[in-house]
Amino acid sequence: MWIEKNIVRKRLTRRGTHCIIPLVLIHTKLLGIKIVKETRKTIYVDNAATTAMSERAIKAALPYMQEVYGNPSSLHTVGQVAKEALEAARERIAARLNCDPREVYFTSGGSEADNQAIRSAAENGLKRGKKHIISTAFEHHAVLHTLKKLERDGFEVTYLPVGEKGIVTKEQVEAAIRPDTALVTIMFANNEIGTIQPIAEIGAVCKAKGVPFHTDAVQAVGHIPVDVKAMNIDMLSLSAHKFHGPKGVGALYCRRGLILNNLIDGGAQERGKRAGTENLPWIVAMAEALDEACESMDKVAAKERKLLDKLIDGLTKIPHSKLNGDREKRLPSIVNMCFEGIEGEGLLLHLDDRGICASSGSACTSGSLDPSHVLLSLGLPHEVAHGSLRISLSEKTTSADVDAILKAVPEVVAYLRNMSPVWEALEKGEKPHLL
Amino acid sequence: MALYSEKVMDHFRNPRNVGKLDDADGIGEVGNARCGDIMKIYIKVENDIIVDVKFNTFGCGSAIASSSMATEMIKGKHIGEALELTNKAVAEALDGLPAHKMHCSVLAEEAIRAAIKNYYDTHGISYDPAMFPEPHDEEEE
Repeated sequence: MWIEKNIVRKRLTRRGTHCIIPLVLIHTKLLGIKIVKETRKTIYVDNAATTAMSERAIKAALPYMQEVYGNPSSLHTVGQVAKEALEAARERIAARLNCDPREVYFTSGGSEADNQAIRSAAENGLKRGKKHIISTAFEHHAVLHTLKKLERDGFEVTYLPVGEKGIVTKEQVEAAIRPDTALVTIMFANNEIGTIQPIAEIGAVCKAKGVPFHTDAVQAVGHIPVDVKAMNIDMLSLSAHKFHGPKGVGALYCRRGLILNNLIDGGAQERGKRAGTENLPWIVAMAEALDEACESMDKVAAKERKLLDKLIDGLTKIPHSKLNGDREKRLPSIVNMCFEGIEGEGLLLHLDDRGICASSGSACTSGSLDPSHVLLSLGLPHEVAHGSLRISLSEKTTSADVDAILKAVPEVVAYLRNMSPVWEALEKGEKPHLL
Repeated sequence: MALYSEKVMDHFRNPRNVGKLDDADGIGEVGNARCGDIMKIYIKVENDIIVDVKFNTFGCGSAIASSSMATEMIKGKHIGEALELTNKAVAEALDGLPAHKMHCSVLAEEAIRAAIKNYYDTHGISYDPAMFPEPHDEEEE
């Protein structure tokens, strides 16, 4: 038997928004062809994983697949028209970050930008005998795994603890900076729990100490104000698909005056800093999506924050639960909860059955035996971190969606607790409640 | 292709034999909350036949499905047959498990063996200790 899932988009009359109705077609070869149609509304609340492309971004990309298909490196007209579009997109993105267009380098996404920024700063630091890097314990793997590799190459990395609230302080950074510190790399907002770091304060400390400062701003750009000049950011990574742009495209901002080394060698694209023919349709779509996100940022953030507060208030009513990370200093779109006595994957699968697409930092969803390093970095015990749920909103999330989530989650948690020997032991008092 | 087979999802969504037996003859609990899986299996035995079986599981979808399938496979069976149940048989009955989820089927096998050992111990039935090697640790703490 094989299953083919066809996701069919249908416009509904829900006040200008549209939902996705999946049609699941099951073909059984033995019984001839049997088609089971299942229709339901999908509540997609995994926007920290990825977002749907906006109509504006899709429309913006189309001409650059058909009409303006030239290679920006070509000298003929078709190529030069493409080159103009490329530079126009660069200017738009630079304006949103408050930097010079010559400081924006297009990449394949946030991970590549993180890799290039960190490796480049490390290589250039090493030339001056600097082999120390400062970061945090809860960075994205694109940063952490790059740092682990550098540690194997002889670098020393200080991973600042983020405390129970999931926030580092400028004092921590200041105290960790040494004469041989080559780089400080601290994420703008955490992808799992949504906490926002004091980037401007850290930027000021790094500037005063003369240490390059990189921030992985993949979750922040397009969602909260980012200003590389005002915040004294030297390097910044961003990814289009986190703000309703396409997947597979991002950018690295690198302040002029800071040497940027290549990660990919080849042609002279991106002023020799990133080889490979530019992905023009996606770059234009990214610029459009970023403009759209920034234009509506205040309105969307206010709407999301209201829904988020409702979610937090509702979910924290579940007994023996906990909101992960500081309640206030967070993205308006991410809530992360732990529920004692259950495991996150079961929760996700049951929610999926009810049309709710969320995510978890449990070990079972990560493919390893350890739960998320982010949750562990908050000091949560393993057994509690296994029972986590991340809900990440978008501007399409409605109050009715939140109501559906607030109905489903307590029911599924209660159901799973009812069959959990861990919960039984907690309730009998054989083990103390940790939450 | 989905992560799990339809059979796994069926046993996850509609688990068989969930619950506890207050008058259980044997109880086996294996796993470790730290690693994210604990299975507890209760058996009722009459004339060497497992006349009833229930389970409680803390764990992922495949852990719940493995518990459900394993309890189905030993219900009404002779203890000797239940002891022969392998994790491989449980995984096959579920139309396979992803490689990194195979340990769930191992836990199911171990939970059944632990319940039977507990039954022997609490009922003064002698056995060869070699029949019950120590369950393996998923992870060193």
